[in-house]
Amino acid sequence: MRCGDFRETYAEDMALFETAFARRAMFAFLAAMMAVPWVASAFWLDVSLRVLIAVVAATGLNILTGFTGQISLGNAAFLAVGAYSTAYLAGHWNLPFPLVIPAAGLITALVGMIFGVPSLRLKGLYLAVATLAAHFVIEFVASHWDSVTGGVNGISIPAAKMGPLVLASDRQLYFLALPVAAGLLLFARNLFRTKVGKAFVAIRDQDISSEVMGVNVFRYKLLSFAVSSFYVGVAGSLLAYQARIISPENFPISVAIDQLGMIIIGGLGSLLGSVFGAVFITLLPELLRLVTGALSTTFPELTTLFASVKMGVFGLAIVLFLIFEPDGMAARWHHIKNYWKLYPFSY
Amino acid sequence: MLDVRGIILHFRGVAALSDVSFQVKPRTIHAIIGPNGAGKTSLLNCISGVYRPQHGSISFDGHDISRLTPSARTKLGIARTFQNIALFKGMTVLDNLLIGRHVHQHTGVLGGGLYWGFGQREEIEHRELCEDIIDFLEIQHIRKKVVGTLAYGLQKRVELARALALAPRLLLLDEPMAGMNAEEKEDMARFVVETAEERGTTIVMIEHDMGVVMDLSNRVTVLNFGEKIADGTPEEVQRSKLVQEAYLGEPTDLSA
Repeated sequence: MRCGDFRETYAEDMALFETAFARRAMFAFLAAMMAVPWVASAFWLDVSLRVLIAVVAATGLNILTGFTGQISLGNAAFLAVGAYSTAYLAGHWNLPFPLVIPAAGLITALVGMIFGVPSLRLKGLYLAVATLAAHFVIEFVASHWDSVTGGVNGISIPAAKMGPLVLASDRQLYFLALPVAAGLLLFARNLFRTKVGKAFVAIRDQDISSEVMGVNVFRYKLLSFAVSSFYVGVAGSLLAYQARIISPENFPISVAIDQLGMIIIGGLGSLLGSVFGAVFITLLPELLRLVTGALSTTFPELTTLFASVKMGVFGLAIVLFLIFEPDGMAARWHHIKNYWKLYPFSY
Repeated sequence: MLDVRGIILHFRGVAALSDVSFQVKPRTIHAIIGPNGAGKTSLLNCISGVYRPQHGSISFDGHDISRLTPSARTKLGIARTFQNIALFKGMTVLDNLLIGRHVHQHTGVLGGGLYWGFGQREEIEHRELCEDIIDFLEIQHIRKKVVGTLAYGLQKRVELARALALAPRLLLLDEPMAGMNAEEKEDMARFVVETAEERGTTIVMIEHDMGVVMDLSNRVTVLNFGEKIADGTPEEVQRSKLVQEAYLGEPTDLSA
């Protein structure tokens, strides 16, 4: 039970972690995450790298959809923009990764802003359809602009490097992706403690009254598209460095839907929710694969059914979450935390 | 301070306001009254920029603001509350007030995301200003509550707080006391008077409670069917025949 916790300055009241214990727990968690490459097998290392990339992308989408209330189905396309920018900047210009990754983010931010312009007039489902158009436009460009994207054959990406440092294996990339993901989460957390982030949430809750309160709604919607796409672009860049070869097939619409699933299951408008959702949706097929693999000796027909079982369980998971925990895994986490905070005196 | 001239507003042929003009003097409480559907809220929406009237001009401190967006008018110092509470329901009371500080803050995406340094300094500075308003309106106990969970009367008070956080020179209140019990009304009336007297804010207020209107306001404008039918001190307005007819109907000679 928490007690003796007094705050004497506004800085203390606005601190990132409510208690010193929470801060230490976070550092311990990050340290444990740093140790993953030494214990994980090649398979799980690949999975955890994909989880980290999904965390960054889902955080980006959550900034736009969960916090600002602008539904977007363009995430797979924005991921592609980040990945292809990486292929071009690292392949043609031979730039080092500390330049390539932010540059890929910025290029994607720009593209995201362009496709965010319809949000001036469109809301909800209409905006979702407009961003769907973005998906198909970008997919078309990716498969036809052969000189830059390699067309339908795809394009290969050199290993991430900076001078003599080369990050070729999943293990090496993990040490890049973890700080990037942690840093971007911290950045987002700070953003929502200050002016811009609060304006985003205000637009989600009440767009007319936020305009009357002096928020330039259109400008901030575009800004939200930019920040969100920056995150997705960075995720795309990491994805390109991991995959080493990308083609339009890497970015089907189902990727965008998966990411929407992540933030819905995890929790709209919650950074922790993006993390939970990304972990859950990325691990779900892998766990299913393990289960069906273990059962395949007794039920050989399961392996052939795997693809449909996976989609079925994914759908079921979303439906169950919408019914039993519409606020997502993050809300459940807070309930659990609040319960233990006062344990054993729950009133 | 505020000069509204010849406002004509219609929605596809339905006239909401026809040729309404009035002036608001600095540091006064100016009430706008009238029966339901008289166009009071439409008038307020024209002043705050939510509606664009087809004709007429609105000037604030000598500047023509008729063509400005709502957010640009807010930057000049016009704040408002809404008839049906338009708070940010998913945010805490404190965050709602901090949105009120939006136009006075300068942190961008980078400054905010990197936080330590400029972003934090600015947040603390504005937090202190918001805390002053929280003390003024006596809502300390709910500052960290999510607004959507609060009782109606408190939400109304938070909405006033949010508007005050803007530090406006002109405050537009749309039925600040609607749906309140007597005690809550007394509190709200006290806050409105104190805002005008202590903070020197000019207030334009729509209100149906005639007792409140006559007690608080320095000047009253009466609308009926989109037209201004009276304008003057509360006493003058009460004596106006047109106003009596609008509220009570035409006098019938019972002896006939």
